[in-house]
Amino acid sequence: MTPDARQIVFENVSKFYGEVLGVNKVNFSLEPGITSLVGPNGSGKTTLMNLMTGLIRPSRGAIYVLGLTPQQPIEFFRQVGFCTQFDSFPPGTNGYDFIYWPLRLHGFGGDQAAKLTNEALERAGMAQVARRKVAGYSKGMRQRIRLAQAIAHHPSVLVLDEPLNGLDPMARSESIALFQAIAKQGMHVIISSHILEEVDRISDRVVLMSSGYVVAEGQIREVRREVRDHPMQILVRCSNASRLAAAAFELDHVVEAKILSDGQSVLVRTRDAEQFYLLLNKIVSGGLVEVDAVAPADDDVNSIYQYLIGSDGGQA
Amino acid sequence: MSFQDLVARAQKWSKEQPWRLYGSQVSILVRNEVRRNLFTRRRIGIYLLAFLPVVMVLSHTIYDRHNINAAQIEEDTQVLAEIVQLYYFRLGIFFACMAIFTWLFRGEMVEKTLHYQFLVPVRREVLVVGKYLAGAIVAILFFETAVLACFYFMYMRFGSAGKSYVFDGPGLGQLGSYLLVTALACIGYGAVFLALSLLFKNPIVPGVVIMGWEAAAPVFPAWAQRLSVTFYLKHLCPVNLPLTGPLAIFTIVAEPVSPLIAVLGLLCLTAAILVLSCFLIHRMEISYTTE
Repeated sequence: MTPDARQIVFENVSKFYGEVLGVNKVNFSLEPGITSLVGPNGSGKTTLMNLMTGLIRPSRGAIYVLGLTPQQPIEFFRQVGFCTQFDSFPPGTNGYDFIYWPLRLHGFGGDQAAKLTNEALERAGMAQVARRKVAGYSKGMRQRIRLAQAIAHHPSVLVLDEPLNGLDPMARSESIALFQAIAKQGMHVIISSHILEEVDRISDRVVLMSSGYVVAEGQIREVRREVRDHPMQILVRCSNASRLAAAAFELDHVVEAKILSDGQSVLVRTRDAEQFYLLLNKIVSGGLVEVDAVAPADDDVNSIYQYLIGSDGGQA
Repeated sequence: MSFQDLVARAQKWSKEQPWRLYGSQVSILVRNEVRRNLFTRRRIGIYLLAFLPVVMVLSHTIYDRHNINAAQIEEDTQVLAEIVQLYYFRLGIFFACMAIFTWLFRGEMVEKTLHYQFLVPVRREVLVVGKYLAGAIVAILFFETAVLACFYFMYMRFGSAGKSYVFDGPGLGQLGSYLLVTALACIGYGAVFLALSLLFKNPIVPGVVIMGWEAAAPVFPAWAQRLSVTFYLKHLCPVNLPLTGPLAIFTIVAEPVSPLIAVLGLLCLTAAILVLSCFLIHRMEISYTTE
């Protein structure tokens, strides 16, 4: 099979550390955009990222990133930037050198590397402290200088292992904006994170992992629809909650319709959301109830995570 | 110039002239590694290994400054030969190379910084060559300086007789041989320890085995002797050591070879070990938790 030059492809990839399973039989293809790897500690997120960037080799299977493999390092690492979660730096280095010298290894001349270094420092908000030793940086600054190094060569694939750890709310928000801007340019951004609210907000798709296996993968709503064991929850704010609840109960696929304490909202649990939305359209067009707002209540990563893995993703 | 132009230019350059790119990468790696390895507190042990004999020779020079007859020059020449051939080649350079070259990769693994080297567009073979050259430069700088200092202090107290021994006699030739052999020892041991560090997580025990091998090699068959670094060095040493007892094993020459063959032989052995290292580096994975 010819690897797609736009996709990140895992073909039946397994990784074992001796007898310990890292990941097993992973198959997926990722399109450009923001993809989040979600799973508890030890679920295989970091292993997957290390495999993707060639830091470890698969025991079985093949991995292609934009049609390239790490065995072609010059082409591969021009396309890939990886911000690992290892909080360690070459001894004695300062922020500027930490970015500048790897750029020189890319083949950029001194002036070009300096230009790109300054640009990356600006984007990561580290320009003011670039000449200070990294050893004197706070945890958040160390996180940001690693991010600056990962983006300095304008990679087409940016892999970020827990990139929001240690960042204050402002830096977190700036980093998210940066990831979104990169993704908008048609690049891949692969993020692993435990902060599911943020993952939910920024991701185009998720890869849910548990014990080394990919348990679900795709756009968040698609994944949610596939979790049929757990009826979807839909919250409706309307002028007549009891009438809506009564109408909903007449449908077979509705398993629960609960009027909330404000008296104007109904939480409906249904096995067929499409059918429920059709009913809602009918009720509204019939003028029986005026609907103020309709929103899915559990098609977020946290809910899917709990349904599939059976634990609270936020605690993972 | 836009970023796309910069990238296009760098890509064009690396495609059209890959060897120039490799050369440039090696020079950057060497520069960074030398800076990181030469002036650091971690290298105090190596400074001691290299310069302890210098201090001893200097003390001897000061203590025996009035004993300056011609016979003493011969005796000091013998002492210098013992320092270089028994201490530096067998112990000082051996252990210093063990410290310097095993640290190049394994040390970065311990410090959890090796992934930075593996995430740049550099072939791993280039990484091996760059780091090896840096280690060799550091080791050679340490030990050439030390041998030079030993030589200078050993003969300086003899005044004009010493000067005559060095410039009109065999002294300068001996110095040249010592410097050549020191450099070859650093290069040879360096390659061995670099390969060991890529083969074993803890290269100390294999290092001790290598030390035993180097010491016992003279009693092995001729083909096996060629797999030791000291086999080649012995043929290049300018002064014969009249050792007796167990130490005599260090001076046995089972099969004499010409100096040129000895130099080429050691360079070939080094190149073969480096080629092996280039294969081994591809097996290396970043697994800091298992270190």
